Amino acid sequence: MAGFLQKIKFDKWKGWLYLSPAIVLLLIFTVWPIFNTLRIAFLEDYNSLTAMRGVKFDFGFANFAKVLQYDGFIKCLSNTMLLCILTVPVSTILALVIAVCLNSIKFLSRFIQTIFFLPYVTNSIAIGMVFAAMFSVIGNFDSGLVDSYGIINNVIGWFGGKPIDWMGTGSGEWPNYVVMVIYIVWNALPFKILILLGGLQSVNKQYYDAAKVDGTSRFRVFTRITVPLLSPMLAYVVITGFIGGFKEYSSIVGVFGDGMGPIGDAGRLNTMVGFIYDALPQQQLGRASAAALILFGIIFIVTMINLYVSKKKTHY
Amino acid sequence: MKVVLQNLTKIFPSRNKKSGEEVIAVNDFSFTIPDGKLIGLLGPSGCGKSTTLYMISGLQKPTGGKLFFGEEDVTDLTPENRGVGLVFQNYALYPHMTVKQNILFPLQNLRGADKMTKEEMLERAYEAAKLVQIDDLMDRKPSELSGGQQQRVAIARALVKMPKVLLLDEPLSNLDARLRLQTREEIRRIQKETGITTIFVTHDQEEAMSISDMIVVMKKGVLQQIGKPQDVYDDPTNLFVAKFLGTPPINVFNGYVKGEKLYIGGTEKLEDGECVLETKGAPDGLVTVGIRPEGFIPDESGALVCRLNNVEVMGRDVSIVSTHAASANATVRSIVDADYKIAAGATVSFALKPHKVFIFDKETEKRIYFGDQKPVEIKEEN
Repeated sequence: MAGFLQKIKFDKWKGWLYLSPAIVLLLIFTVWPIFNTLRIAFLEDYNSLTAMRGVKFDFGFANFAKVLQYDGFIKCLSNTMLLCILTVPVSTILALVIAVCLNSIKFLSRFIQTIFFLPYVTNSIAIGMVFAAMFSVIGNFDSGLVDSYGIINNVIGWFGGKPIDWMGTGSGEWPNYVVMVIYIVWNALPFKILILLGGLQSVNKQYYDAAKVDGTSRFRVFTRITVPLLSPMLAYVVITGFIGGFKEYSSIVGVFGDGMGPIGDAGRLNTMVGFIYDALPQQQLGRASAAALILFGIIFIVTMINLYVSKKKTHY
Repeated sequence: MKVVLQNLTKIFPSRNKKSGEEVIAVNDFSFTIPDGKLIGLLGPSGCGKSTTLYMISGLQKPTGGKLFFGEEDVTDLTPENRGVGLVFQNYALYPHMTVKQNILFPLQNLRGADKMTKEEMLERAYEAAKLVQIDDLMDRKPSELSGGQQQRVAIARALVKMPKVLLLDEPLSNLDARLRLQTREEIRRIQKETGITTIFVTHDQEEAMSISDMIVVMKKGVLQQIGKPQDVYDDPTNLFVAKFLGTPPINVFNGYVKGEKLYIGGTEKLEDGECVLETKGAPDGLVTVGIRPEGFIPDESGALVCRLNNVEVMGRDVSIVSTHAASANATVRSIVDADYKIAAGATVSFALKPHKVFIFDKETEKRIYFGDQKPVEIKEEN
């Protein structure tokens, strides 16, 4: 009996031993930073340089006030929101349509599915550079002294459209957004397609047979059977899409560079994460932490709303 | 609606491209299902009975042959244009819809002249629900129903469009034993009340025999026999049908016919058997003998002598379990009236009822008729 108890004790200890590498890493790189962010966000006028010299800071909400008053914060927030609201529905609907099409393809289905998944494994900065090359106008757009209008403008030209300065020095705000929305949607598609395709393939084929016997139109099969049966996957894709959207940063760096906007108007497309990063080189850890907490709060609220809505609309 | 299958054939291409072997699921099927009857498609697993059902529904296209509903050729019609109702083996109820929505679904699909108002649809849905006695469950989801209730919903959904033909794929296989008995009565009742020609698939001979007006016995895609359950039981056309129908199953012996007499046991030279029966009209040769359990009469002077194992008393009847050297099964099971007192002993002797003894050609396994036995005629009745 004693030996048995000892064995249990040892097994318990052994379990912790096996878990320890993960626990140590999580403590250092996840738990401690979270705790530190929380702490710093509430230390008034925290500055990492003075902190190293042993200066003590008061506890308060000054960092949050600073964030809200900071020039460009509202712009970062509205950019982030706008990109989210534009890209999540568009990419979800597109992914759904593509997944349904892919699911109905029999010929070379694996190969085609692989092609659609490739963007997911490609570096977002690299994709951004390609997009920048496609949309860039080489030369001076305003004066008309242009060497190349870029691939996209050429294609528009084939259909008789006028070239647009998508992202050049004097480019407008909306063309910039259009470039970013196309890029983000394109980048977000593969993951969503993968999830939805998996969902489609697990739907019992007999539902479709039953619908066929009853003479259900294709459109009705899609809206009344496919979409409801996919609703758990759709909810997942929308929720993770919003979370990812609120953390948008590297895509903009990829296309516009770390100026976060066209030349001459840096920061025009800056986002919440960009706002946090900008504070770091200025030793403004307090401001960055407070902004991070605000972003966390927004994501948390939006996710709660998403879960609440999906609970009502989703059939598991 | 009369359903006519004419040389219906279904060939599936081989999955293995190298061997290129095709699978003939249904081979040259021709038979007529009379109007307003309940028909059981019966056969072991993989005999093509479900494929036949799906071809009648229109979900699968036949490789060859034709299919008629009444006088109309429906071979190339889509399922919805045939006017069939299909109940799937696992019901295929839409899980996200309530019972009411499930039943309404086929009606909402109707377009053009058939289009119904909301009130008409609801009325029809409740009518169908009442018929299968689920009208108090209309707001539940399928996951909140028992297996039997789910099946009733599936039947209601198939009936709500008032189909010409109702098809049921293994309707009882997903139910527990008690529910199975109840449900098969239920299917019989619904069929009687609606008068819709109903075809169901099953591998359970008891199920098929108990409720069908007619059974169609299949084996490996080939039609074996079609007829009233009792006729098929009393007059199987071949050994397979004889073995497939009946619980307890038929007793099979090796034997031979010589000089219009049936011998059990014996050698290939047609010698040394026990002469058990006069078989007028049967040619000489090796045969397989099938004797129904109820075909034995305990008789001390009987010709068939078996070694007695034990006697099982079942109240009304007595089941005698014995062995015989020429038996193809491990034991010979006979069921006799409880009035017979079986004396304990090493052996038991039987006389045989000639109409419960079937003989089959050893090679082709086809029935050899003798005496006043003759093939049953399928009568068309309306």
